[in-house]
Amino acid sequence: MSAPFFYALVGIGLFSLGLYGLIVHAHLLRKILALNIMGSGIFLVLVALAKRTGEAPPDAVPHAMVITGVVVAVSATALALTLMLKLTAETGRAELPEKGRE
Amino acid sequence: MEALTLLEWGFDGLLGLGLLWLAWRALTCPELFKAIVLFIAFGLLMALAWVRLDAPDVALAEAAIGAGLTGALLLAAFAKLSLVTGHEELKPARSEKNRIRFQHYWMPATTLLLVTAGLFYVILSLPPYAAGLSVEVASNLDTSGVSNPVTAVLLNFRGYDTLLEMVVLLLALLGVWSLGDTTIHREAAPGLVLDTLARVLVPLLILVAAYLLWVGAHAPGGAFQAGAVLGAAGVLLLLSSWRPHADLIAWPLRLMLVLGPAIFVIMAVLLYLTKGQLLEFPPAQAGILILILEAVATVSIGITLAALFLGGRPRRGKGQA
Repeated sequence: MSAPFFYALVGIGLFSLGLYGLIVHAHLLRKILALNIMGSGIFLVLVALAKRTGEAPPDAVPHAMVITGVVVAVSATALALTLMLKLTAETGRAELPEKGRE
Repeated sequence: MEALTLLEWGFDGLLGLGLLWLAWRALTCPELFKAIVLFIAFGLLMALAWVRLDAPDVALAEAAIGAGLTGALLLAAFAKLSLVTGHEELKPARSEKNRIRFQHYWMPATTLLLVTAGLFYVILSLPPYAAGLSVEVASNLDTSGVSNPVTAVLLNFRGYDTLLEMVVLLLALLGVWSLGDTTIHREAAPGLVLDTLARVLVPLLILVAAYLLWVGAHAPGGAFQAGAVLGAAGVLLLLSSWRPHADLIAWPLRLMLVLGPAIFVIMAVLLYLTKGQLLEFPPAQAGILILILEAVATVSIGITLAALFLGGRPRRGKGQA
């Protein structure tokens, strides 16, 4: 197994860890962290697979997409955090209401 | 040679395992504050992984944004959260929640293990060699006006991606602004250390941003990285209690925010009318056009990121009306 594939598998691992965290955690800040980890995993897969060019320089198109993605991720995180603070100010809890526990 | 390969593998292995471990700890450690700090460390390790994958452009963006700005945003939100909920909510889970509800954990865990196994299989069945679009990028690089392939892709070959991405940034800010106002007033003076640090670092950061913008034409760097560094300078200023003058937050701020996307759209329309293609730069002028676009994009990205950190639409304070 070569280095690109190793990093791609790590990326998959991060994606799954993030998805697991997103499902099992109730706290919204933790969910936002989990989403960011998922995103990082996907970026890692994209960039790792772009390096399958042998000795030639890696494919620049996925790199450009990932840079765009990183900036979009930070703006989405900012919006999510603001929504979380707004919800906490309204309900006093940084969690989504659970069915059957109201 | 053999020893070097072994060393590289050792490094890659440690880095990969470190990433997974930090991600796991950030998701499971009971204290939120610790989780955020672990996540910031995770971002820094990601930047190292990008370097190992020959993606220095992504590494620069990750170091400035993924680790820096996201971390600052998370910590600021955490501080505001503990003001609202007190420390009750942020302590390790209460005893009721501490009881491990088995089915709540193993159901998603087994499903995700299956998904992970499937994805592993897909990745490992991919061909070990794939040039992707690198050949096309390399053969058209001469007509793009820049010699850094990533900048060529971002600003020329797929310029509309960047245009739409700037619109997304603006939309996120509009979303944040529509959720509430922030009063612009000078808070208590910062400590001497923070004040001095900001005075020394901010001019330096602006210089670094300008350098990254310029060097992006032929080496790793470019508008996003420069904009992120500029955004970091803005965050530092905001942290050291600096607030924009009340006269600046009305239309000058808004003008700076839309300048990037607006110039982008104007240029796209002009090029469409004259060349018949959206954002198709004539090779002779491509270099200078890209530099103009990148310069306005840098300013807009930087100010948008700093405004996102401020959170809420800035409004004049009561004493300043």
